[in-house]
Amino acid sequence: MNDTPHIQLKGVKKRFGSKLVLDGVDLTIRRGESVVIIGGSGTGKSVTLKCVLGILRADEGSIHVAGEDVTRASGSKRDAYLRKFGMLFQGGALFDSLSIWENVAFGLIQGRGLPRKQARETAIEKLAMVGLSADIANLSPAELSGGMQKRVGLARAIAANPEILFFDEPTTGLDPIMADVINKLIASTVRDLGVTAVSITHDMVSARRISSRIAMLYKGRIIWDGPTDSIDNSGNPYVDQFIRGSAEGPIRMEVRS
Amino acid sequence: MSANENILSSNWNIFAAIGRVVLAFLAGTGRLAVFAGIAISHIVRPPIYWQLVLHQMLRIGYFSLPVVGLTAFFTGAVLCLQIYIGGNRYGAEAFVPQIVVLGITRELGPVIAGLMMAGRVSAAIAAEIGTMRVTEQIDALTTLATNPFKYLVVPRIVAAVVTLPILVAVADSIGVFGGYIVGTRSLGFNGAVYINNTMNFVTAGDVRSGLIKASVFGFIIALMGCYSGFHSKGGAQGVGAATTQAVVSASILILAANYLMTSFFFSE
Ligand SMILES: Nc1ncnc2c1ncn2[C@@H]1O[C@H](COP(=O)(O)OP(=O)(O)OP(=O)(O)O)[C@@H](O)[C@H]1O
Ligand SMILES: [Mg+2]
Repeated sequence: MNDTPHIQLKGVKKRFGSKLVLDGVDLTIRRGESVVIIGGSGTGKSVTLKCVLGILRADEGSIHVAGEDVTRASGSKRDAYLRKFGMLFQGGALFDSLSIWENVAFGLIQGRGLPRKQARETAIEKLAMVGLSADIANLSPAELSGGMQKRVGLARAIAANPEILFFDEPTTGLDPIMADVINKLIASTVRDLGVTAVSITHDMVSARRISSRIAMLYKGRIIWDGPTDSIDNSGNPYVDQFIRGSAEGPIRMEVRS
Repeated sequence: MSANENILSSNWNIFAAIGRVVLAFLAGTGRLAVFAGIAISHIVRPPIYWQLVLHQMLRIGYFSLPVVGLTAFFTGAVLCLQIYIGGNRYGAEAFVPQIVVLGITRELGPVIAGLMMAGRVSAAIAAEIGTMRVTEQIDALTTLATNPFKYLVVPRIVAAVVTLPILVAVADSIGVFGGYIVGTRSLGFNGAVYINNTMNFVTAGDVRSGLIKASVFGFIIALMGCYSGFHSKGGAQGVGAATTQAVVSASILILAANYLMTSFFFSE
């Protein structure tokens, strides 16, 4: 394996109007790593992933994927690097005009030109991996519960066996048992297939299970970044407060009490 | 502060407000032009998803037939009635069939069908694409290496550009038929004479100009629907605003484009 980081963000800034959301994010992710990004609601975790995917354009800084500068990639170059990725969106983002299996097989059919029959088989296989049976394959997304939609989104993300997986809150809205199934699935995909994974989660149990490294985003910057084992003695008061889930500490929520 | 200065500063406020509106308008026009440019660049570059085009043609065209048919019928009927009443003053009732067919094929057929489609199709496109935008489905398309212009915009524009002339051809026939019904049933025209006068008078050029207009209207309708949907923000409210914007802007652009095309086609 080479030493070029799989994903590298350098000084990424993103502004919406006058609001600075990312204020110089630096993050390096090696091949085969599973990194979890934690941080308060609205600190720009989803925005960070979207900048890497080029859904949002970073205002400043650079983003490299497998050594290649993709900060301003467009057209076929962009399609080519996007084929490396699978993404689970926070809200699922399933196509509601298509059936469940067509959703899962979308990247295979549209992106890679696989025949429909073959793509359907793969889709049903992936659905089974996230604990969904073939019975729902022909339903439409609106007919599923929120947690089921999330799992379909997960199946869609892993369908084309991408080398990089982004999961935006993969276990939110799932019952604890199903959450554990998904955690195991993510952990084993990373371990067995050598995939690089970046997940966002508020669920510290899940974070500990699926990650080898944790990075904490606060006020638009990565304020702590280290191995998952060392999170309990990070020596960082912000991280401590976050993993304790306490309202007391340096992080002040903007609520009136 | 003196009263004079007050007036001055409030004047400046007005200028600033006007300036802001003008700037916003120019920026909006620029964004629309860029959007249209990207869409056209994808139309001329393969691949085109023909299956999606057919699907959209069915949605845009087939299901609009009843609406367009009914509006065209009543438009032809009322046109016939008004021309008869107006023509009566100069003893020109005999020209009713000719004027009806001219009015329908050149102007009213395409414009009425275009406006009805702006209400029906632009709104539906804007609502669908707007919902896809706010629920991140368009972002999901991109990450699945599928260009949203190719997958969403191009099929709708191509379908509308092809389908609108067909709808207008139907509208023309039904409109003339509406005039014929009123003319023969309540105004006392002889059926054979009415049809004869219509057919002998109308030229292929009249019909063709109307069908070309229809294609342009189809482009405007699908473009405004897609553009508004793509740029919708926020949740349900944003999608609602996008839908309204699509219908209003498509209607205005249709009427403006119609005037331009009429002055272009029929200037001697
Ligand atoms: N498209 C956008 N336009 C304007 N502002 C945006 C946009 N996307 C995100 N933001 C803003 O950026 C900030 C960060 O959003 P983001 O979705 O990244 O939060 P997050 O860290 O993922 O939070 P959560 O844990 O609640 O999902 C928010 O304040 C949000 O209002
Ligand atoms: Mg988020």
